[in-house]
Amino acid sequence: MARRIHGCTVGSGWPAAGLIAMLLILLNGCGERAWNAPYPASEAKSNTLYSSFSERPKHLDPARSYAANEYAFIAQIYEPPLQYHFLKRPYQLVPLAAEKVPEPLFLDQAGNPLPDDAPVADVAFSDYEIHIKPGMRYQPHPALAKDDAGVYRYHQLTEEAVERFNTLADFPHTGTREATAEDFIYQIKRLANPRLHSPIASIMAEYIVGFSEFASELTAAGDNGGFIDLRQYRMAGVTQLDRYRFKVRLRGKYPQFVYWLAMTFFAPMPWEADLFYSQPGLDKRNISLNWYPIGTGPFMLAENNPNLRMVLARNPHFHGEAYPLQGEPEDGENGMLDDAGKALPLIDKAVYSLEQEVIPRWNKFLQGYYDTSGVSSDSFDQAVKFGSGGEANLTDEMLERNIKLATAVETSIFYLGFNMADPVIGGDSEENRYLRQAISIAVNFEEYISIFLNGRGVVAHGPLPLGIFGSREGPEGINPVVFDIEKGKPRRKSLQEARALMAKAGYPNGKSIRTGRPLVLNYESASAGPDSKAQLNWMRKQLKQLGIQLVIRATDYNRFQEKLRKGTGQLFMFGWNADYPDPENFLFLLYGPNGKVEHAGENAVNYDNPEFNALFDQMKNMENSPERQEIIDRMVDILRHDAPWIWGFYPKAFSLYHDWYGNVKPNLMANNTLKYKRIDPATRNARQQAWNPPVVWPLVLLVLVLMASTVPAMLVYRRHERSAAR
Amino acid sequence: MIAYIVRRILYAIPILIGVNILTFVLFFVVNSPDDMARMNLGMKRVTPEAIENWKAERGYDKPLLFNSASQGVGQVTDTIFFQKSLKLFQFDFGTSDSDRDIGYDISQRMWPSLAIAVPVLLIGLLVNITYALLIAFFRATYIDIWSVVLCVVMMSISGLFYIIGGQYLVSKLLHLMPISGYDTGFAAVKFLILPVLIGVVGGIGSGTRWYRTLFLEEINRDYVRTARAKGLSEGIVLFRHVLKNAMIPILTGVVVVLPLLFMGSLITESFFGIPGLGSYTIDAINRQDFAIVRAMVFLGSVLYIIGLLLTDISYTLVDPRVRLS
Amino acid sequence: MMGGLVILWTDALVFLLLFFSVAFAVYAARREHLRGPWRQVVRSRVGVSTLVILSFYVVIGLLDSIHFEPQFSPDQQTGAQVQSSEVYSLFDRLVQPLRVRQEKTYSAPLATHLYAKENIEQPDGTVIRDFPRLQYGGAHLADPERDWAQDIMRLSLIGLIKGLVVTLVMANILFALLAARRSGGFAGAAKEVLSGKSDIPWRSVLITLGLLLMVLFWAVELSGRYHLLGTDKVGEDVFYQALKSIRTGLLIGTLTTLVMLPAAILLGIMAGYFRGWVDDLIQYTYTTLNSIPGVLLIAAAILMLQIYMSNHADEFNSLVERADLRLLFLCIILGVTSWTGLCRLLRGEAMKLREVDYVQAAVAFGVGHFQIILRHILPNVLHIVMITVVLDFSGLVLAEAVLSYVNIGVDPTMNSWGNMINSARLEMAREPVVWWSLMAAMIFMFTLVLSANLFSDVVRDAFDPRLRSSR
Repeated sequence: MARRIHGCTVGSGWPAAGLIAMLLILLNGCGERAWNAPYPASEAKSNTLYSSFSERPKHLDPARSYAANEYAFIAQIYEPPLQYHFLKRPYQLVPLAAEKVPEPLFLDQAGNPLPDDAPVADVAFSDYEIHIKPGMRYQPHPALAKDDAGVYRYHQLTEEAVERFNTLADFPHTGTREATAEDFIYQIKRLANPRLHSPIASIMAEYIVGFSEFASELTAAGDNGGFIDLRQYRMAGVTQLDRYRFKVRLRGKYPQFVYWLAMTFFAPMPWEADLFYSQPGLDKRNISLNWYPIGTGPFMLAENNPNLRMVLARNPHFHGEAYPLQGEPEDGENGMLDDAGKALPLIDKAVYSLEQEVIPRWNKFLQGYYDTSGVSSDSFDQAVKFGSGGEANLTDEMLERNIKLATAVETSIFYLGFNMADPVIGGDSEENRYLRQAISIAVNFEEYISIFLNGRGVVAHGPLPLGIFGSREGPEGINPVVFDIEKGKPRRKSLQEARALMAKAGYPNGKSIRTGRPLVLNYESASAGPDSKAQLNWMRKQLKQLGIQLVIRATDYNRFQEKLRKGTGQLFMFGWNADYPDPENFLFLLYGPNGKVEHAGENAVNYDNPEFNALFDQMKNMENSPERQEIIDRMVDILRHDAPWIWGFYPKAFSLYHDWYGNVKPNLMANNTLKYKRIDPATRNARQQAWNPPVVWPLVLLVLVLMASTVPAMLVYRRHERSAAR
Repeated sequence: MIAYIVRRILYAIPILIGVNILTFVLFFVVNSPDDMARMNLGMKRVTPEAIENWKAERGYDKPLLFNSASQGVGQVTDTIFFQKSLKLFQFDFGTSDSDRDIGYDISQRMWPSLAIAVPVLLIGLLVNITYALLIAFFRATYIDIWSVVLCVVMMSISGLFYIIGGQYLVSKLLHLMPISGYDTGFAAVKFLILPVLIGVVGGIGSGTRWYRTLFLEEINRDYVRTARAKGLSEGIVLFRHVLKNAMIPILTGVVVVLPLLFMGSLITESFFGIPGLGSYTIDAINRQDFAIVRAMVFLGSVLYIIGLLLTDISYTLVDPRVRLS
Repeated sequence: MMGGLVILWTDALVFLLLFFSVAFAVYAARREHLRGPWRQVVRSRVGVSTLVILSFYVVIGLLDSIHFEPQFSPDQQTGAQVQSSEVYSLFDRLVQPLRVRQEKTYSAPLATHLYAKENIEQPDGTVIRDFPRLQYGGAHLADPERDWAQDIMRLSLIGLIKGLVVTLVMANILFALLAARRSGGFAGAAKEVLSGKSDIPWRSVLITLGLLLMVLFWAVELSGRYHLLGTDKVGEDVFYQALKSIRTGLLIGTLTTLVMLPAAILLGIMAGYFRGWVDDLIQYTYTTLNSIPGVLLIAAAILMLQIYMSNHADEFNSLVERADLRLLFLCIILGVTSWTGLCRLLRGEAMKLREVDYVQAAVAFGVGHFQIILRHILPNVLHIVMITVVLDFSGLVLAEAVLSYVNIGVDPTMNSWGNMINSARLEMAREPVVWWSLMAAMIFMFTLVLSANLFSDVVRDAFDPRLRSSR
């Protein structure tokens, strides 16, 4: 009996450890791949890019998708008429699906052409004629599969027939066809379809002729949930000229329209796909246009499992595109033009794994399992150090691993908004303006950037991020309300000055003259991350310097939004990410008629200054010119004086990448840059093995210790048995 | 026996209705249809008309519980509660904020959850019972006392620490296993070892202590004394008598938790990036996707009730006297 | 400087709990079936040692539960006393320096420099990148590299000696007290205690107390000049945070049981005593509640509270009040998810007691149900209630950490070990690792939970006669 018990002790101890060791060896093969590699050994040498995504996309339908994490996928799949040049700066539009960037033709009310320099008031319509490239074909897709007789195979599916299909890949037959002007028009009609809730429907309705009428016509026709053949309905402003040409007519002058043409909203969509996905039963299996795109681009979605990973693979029918031949002068030195003229895409596959936690993501990057990584603020010190002039450099540890760094100031802004509809903090009264200015001085965003972003941001002096037309760098770009200029550099005004402003505002030492009670302000916050506590504490600390007590009202995002909508908040932090590189896209956030409370617009602080509004109307439709710059300067001065926002910061994107990952140049407007990227899989695999040698001795030690510990136990057992027998 | 089971199943129905009403009230107070529309439609450029449209399209423009505008039965059936909540009984969970069918996602995500939960349960059971038997064998010696202290120490460490520490040690320092991730098929084993190991180690403290108590209770019974008096060795006594008899509470304890294994472990799954139901729930809570949370509440309740049912049945199977009551 | 007293909801409940505990102690002292086991508890070495540690935590928790509004000095213009809407506790006042002395960002335990390099402008205008000196930690040192180790040693030694002296004084007072109560004189009492022969293991008490006091004085000495456990991301003292978290942990562990007790006892006994439809209804209620996964119920409840608070924002003027209400609500909802276990136990026990002779006799004499429950059933189930309360405590403290991880725990601005661990998740990815927040939270939590677990073992062994024989 002694044996059996002994066996049992051991059973839970060292064989378990031994078993794990054996399993590990079995799973990893011998020397093929590092043990902790999260990918199969067979993929070790393939021309695949590995990256991660932290939040699963919500919509992959080009008519609905409007978020960066969704563009990461669909911008590689769908091809709108235009794109941003990969290398050239400032950002420049170049053709993608179109043959050339369309020039608007201005018309008067009667439809007669006007010269290009006609006054804005005279322009009643502008026509954009878009020529698309012939020979663009869709990725293989069951919706396009035809049988020998030329009849679509999968357009008459029944619920029973669908039972067999779990993913799109389960359909045995696929087909393709050429994308035509009709498909582009079909997609514009989809934008108007009320059922799809396209986020840009409202703005397009303002400009495209016949857009709203089209939507109401669809609504009137009734919606039974099934397929609606949009080809049956006409949109007045969109006409097909021939197989490869179509025309869009806009109301008035809208120079920003070309920017929209570079977004996936305007990519071609075959009607077959719409019909295919509307068949019964497919929705239940998540087979919908929202999850399975169909595009003409360089890649197609080969594996769609947003719970685990998304895999993009080369589209075999891709019409071909060449790597740009020209770039900025420094691009040649940086090796950005080494692949000039080569056929795109340069990689075969891209694997995006779902990675929600920061720690694993960062560690996997360091171990070489992700080719690129953003830098979270907590791994920052490990990766980046600043030189004596404040420039960012990599640490020795990173350099040792040949890791490289790319930085760029993002075209977005984070700001602290004062609700201008609030009686205490908002409004046009002189006192409240002093109060806002005082707080603007006290909230030290330089410190915020250094603590929470490790310097990955630039303090904002106005609403326009650097690189957007109208923003100014150097001394004239400094906000004189918050900063003094010292040797041409900004220096935040002292707290004394802020306190003086507080006194002028009627709150000496933070106490109201009228009531004698300290000023209490509310700060709305929707943040709920590990970092939020520190951030909220920091914010309180800032206002305390002026004697203001900040009450944090932490809540969830829905509630936060509701407060903005109803205008019941006082202070809040918010941000905006540019849709296109034009100052209009930022200044409209402060345009009175866009007020959130009254007009449900994007002006979250409900700022409404008639002078500013008038200037905005004037500036909005102008071409970039010195006159436009002048108007913008005046607008920015008004804003700085009124201080409806504390101009927070423009975030700086720092991304790290390994040396086997080539052609990295941050491009904040273009989303379809995957096709330019290059991978050297052999180097990668060698590095991964060198960096991740398995350390087995602790395992061995554990086995030994467990074995050794059974000896005294056995001795005691023997003694016990003997004494029991006696 | 069958009549008994049928009676128990019938008893479950009012409970499920209760759960349903409770969750409906909780979640629709928290999350109005307006909020749902906003979450679904995204953040930028959402107009009030779009929200009204969205609600009308999905039937969220109806009153919550009572529709005074309708006629007859319609007053009750033409409401959000009737249309949305009662569908749960057909396991029709509707769609999430990201327009995915929840039922389909659940059916896909329960397998990874099981792949962690089942090994943790089985291996944990084996390890804990073995240790508990050993401790029971050495009862009232220093080994016993210190083992119990060790168990208490292990119990007192937060589970989060086991996970953070385990990942740091095994993956980052020793390079033995991937830090996180998952794969389909056999390749998943590589990703499962570490979370299973941590799950087992984290459970040793409380598990071993609990089984030790069970064994000690059995050891003090008369039949064990008799067996020992017959001159049987301690090992045989422990194995043949004590373990066999303690198996009844052990197994019924396991049966209760069996159905809940489907729900997965919230923390482990999200730390290790395993696409199971636990991380599904956590994500849903964080993104406030209440359709998913509601579906998971309902699923959890159903599974809990099944667990109770199984326990009752297993009791009657093990001990026929119970059936009489 | 002390202003008006502020009684938060949880404070009120804490003192209610304290009152009940004292009342129960007085009640138990007069009843042998409750007093006997307790006597056994205080005669166990583990029992008294953990009791010392637990009372240490409780004292801090209680000090931290007396809140007041600090008053500003008279206003220049009006001359009136002005109250701020911020609230401090007595404990905050005691450790004022810890709270006020904030650095800019991370610094390691006992460090003199920040943990991150920064651009420092030299007097001559050049900028170098180095670790800046801390504003407070080790600020008294002229040359940290030379003096630091020596200074730490000196302060540690002073602290330890102070702790030892206080322990010796307390030991002598104890001996004197013991000597006064029985014959044998001072020396006799001292001998009895030190040789471990006294009834109550005073020696264990003294050792634990001595160790605690030494650690305490050591901490006091060092944290006066340094940040004993470093600082967090915004430069708050981690030691202070860990100490403040004690109240949160204790509250979650005790208030949860307190708020659920009345319902659990009443319903449990009613179900067991009345049987029939009352039993069915109560069973239905708790099965339904129990079948909803706890975490999800908590998530829904916390979100509901947030909505309530944003709709009634004016009722919550200070941060502390908001956090307090959320804590209370968390306790209640945790109570709702955990009361069913006790309820079921009590139901079973009441069912058994109902059949006992004297209860049957009382029924036969026509004594009212209420009387029977109060006189005969309730006193006989009290020990079960107590064991449950003690046993649940540590589980609840641990649960708080997990809930904070899912963001449905206490308010993010509240100090709690869960929030500390939650923030530490990101810190573990830093290189070099910022380990002190995690460690501080873990050690404080571990000590509390371990003591509570060991203590509850002793209590259960003492009260549960079935297991008593097996030890």
